[in-house]
Amino acid sequence: MTQPLLELNDVSVSFDGFYALTDLSIKLYKGELKSIIGPNGAGKTTFLDVITGKVRPTKGTVTFKGQSLVGLSEQRISREGIGRKFQTPRVFDNLTVLRNLELAASPYKNPFSLLANRLPTSAKDEVHRLMNYVGLAPHATAKAGSLSHGQKQWLAIAMLVAQSPEVLLLDEPVAGLTDEETVRTAELIKSLAGDHTVVVIEHDMEFIRDLDFDVTVLHQGQVLTEGSLDQVKADPRVIEVYLGKTED
Amino acid sequence: MKILRRLAPWILLAIALFILPAVLDDFRLNLFGRYFSLAITALAIDLIWGYTGLLSLGQGIFFALGGYAVAMNLMLNTKSEAGGNGIPKFFENYGVEQLPFFWQPFWSPAFTLIAMWVIPAIVAGLVGYLIFRNRIKGVYFSIITQAALMVFYHFFNGQQKLINGTNGLKTSTCELFGMLVGSPDMQLWLYRLTVVCLPIAFLICRYFTSGRFGDVLIAIRDDEQRLRFTGFNPVPFKTIVFLVAGALCGISGALYTVQSGIVSPQYMSISNSIEMVIWVAVGGRGTLVGPIIGATVVNYLRSLVSEALPEAWLFVQGALFIFVVVLMPDGIYGWFRNGGFRSLLAAFGIAPPARTYPQLDEEIGTLDEVS
Repeated sequence: MTQPLLELNDVSVSFDGFYALTDLSIKLYKGELKSIIGPNGAGKTTFLDVITGKVRPTKGTVTFKGQSLVGLSEQRISREGIGRKFQTPRVFDNLTVLRNLELAASPYKNPFSLLANRLPTSAKDEVHRLMNYVGLAPHATAKAGSLSHGQKQWLAIAMLVAQSPEVLLLDEPVAGLTDEETVRTAELIKSLAGDHTVVVIEHDMEFIRDLDFDVTVLHQGQVLTEGSLDQVKADPRVIEVYLGKTED
Repeated sequence: MKILRRLAPWILLAIALFILPAVLDDFRLNLFGRYFSLAITALAIDLIWGYTGLLSLGQGIFFALGGYAVAMNLMLNTKSEAGGNGIPKFFENYGVEQLPFFWQPFWSPAFTLIAMWVIPAIVAGLVGYLIFRNRIKGVYFSIITQAALMVFYHFFNGQQKLINGTNGLKTSTCELFGMLVGSPDMQLWLYRLTVVCLPIAFLICRYFTSGRFGDVLIAIRDDEQRLRFTGFNPVPFKTIVFLVAGALCGISGALYTVQSGIVSPQYMSISNSIEMVIWVAVGGRGTLVGPIIGATVVNYLRSLVSEALPEAWLFVQGALFIFVVVLMPDGIYGWFRNGGFRSLLAAFGIAPPARTYPQLDEEIGTLDEVS
């Protein structure tokens, strides 16, 4: 077995004594596609916070390509190749769609090269390809703040792809989208499979089925079970945490 | 129309350089020189507040540092100001025999020309870096900058033996190129210098706000956390922009000092720095033209009101601020740009009618026929 790309080992996170994650261990291999589901408060978003450096684990290790991520700043982790899309579509409202994507696609992130104003042609081409792909090309010069919710979700995903990370962490990519948009987003994410390692957190079961990734169920900060969606759905423990314990 | 837009800056510059000196008397011209030098500070505040979202209430520090730098040089190089030891007279009042060490380099005009923007820039860069590195933002940033302002204020106020304390340094009786700084001829030259410096400051701000560096500044204002997850470290960006703003405030303070004739710790009073923010809010933040309009209009108004009703200015200023915040959140220039003039005309029923699709009218016509 090869070395995992991203590995969480015995990670616990406590907020003033409340444990959001307890001894969580998850391995991700290169090219793996994973969906994570779980009831509210299962620790799904905290799991992403730990990986991306927003929250520091109380205990345990997080390693990416054999290197520890604990204590690195968010921007360092992002540059190492881990990209994240947030639960709400966070885009830069006062920049145009094009400028949003150009920032994300910029291979240089230091102030002086930005003052020199150069963006390589390859990055520009990538930006245009992505804009066409998510159907935002007609809105290239519109401010991101004026887009609809669904368009913002796509812009956020496109920005993530423009960063060309090795690992994509998507937190509820279809929240608030119409059915049609959801199907299209599933297609978009599936097209990323192959060169990327993708983790999707979602509540929408139809979407999870569309994706057809391996499913991991989190509950109370721990892995409850893993497997295909059908296996997981048949698991009595999963039914229990989702629907509550029956009397007999 | 387009040609007019292109020519507008040049026309304004020509008016400021040639027409204003011809039509205004010395006193008024000097006042306009002060307004324009304050406009540079407004530009600097717009750079950090309007674009980057950092509301600094401590720009007075850098403004006063620039003023002190130029005043120290003028004091040293004026024979009539020198006392017994060849050092400025005020030192005798406090029994100081030796020139304090940090005055020494200010003998040199070349050093002073650089120091008046480099010293504020260094202070701003240092203060900014420490604040930004510790991820202090929003209202906490404002409070810290104001606290820093108070520290500087009390230091300058209390150090009679070093920089004449609360009395400040008087520059109007100093000499420069053999002329009295307060003399009308000198003031005319200083006015011209200010009119040249203001567009340069404008271009500097435009250099930083246009292009992709400016995109990052706006991104910091919109969602700094998101920017971090995109792989950018906001700290150097914020430090650079705060440093540039500090340098601009230094220049502005130096120009203001030589035109007002004195620099004193009062420049670092809390109300002074808050007024600077008001100019930007009134003029329109997030644009580069707005702060210039704001600083000029508010200060001109201040002169007019103070001359007529000396006690009333603070009330007028407060009312103006409330008026702008409530009715023109984008400031004068923002209001104008968003079609404010048109809506004003509309309020009186004399606005030109809005264009509609010709087809729309025709369709309505056919609909009428059908019904």
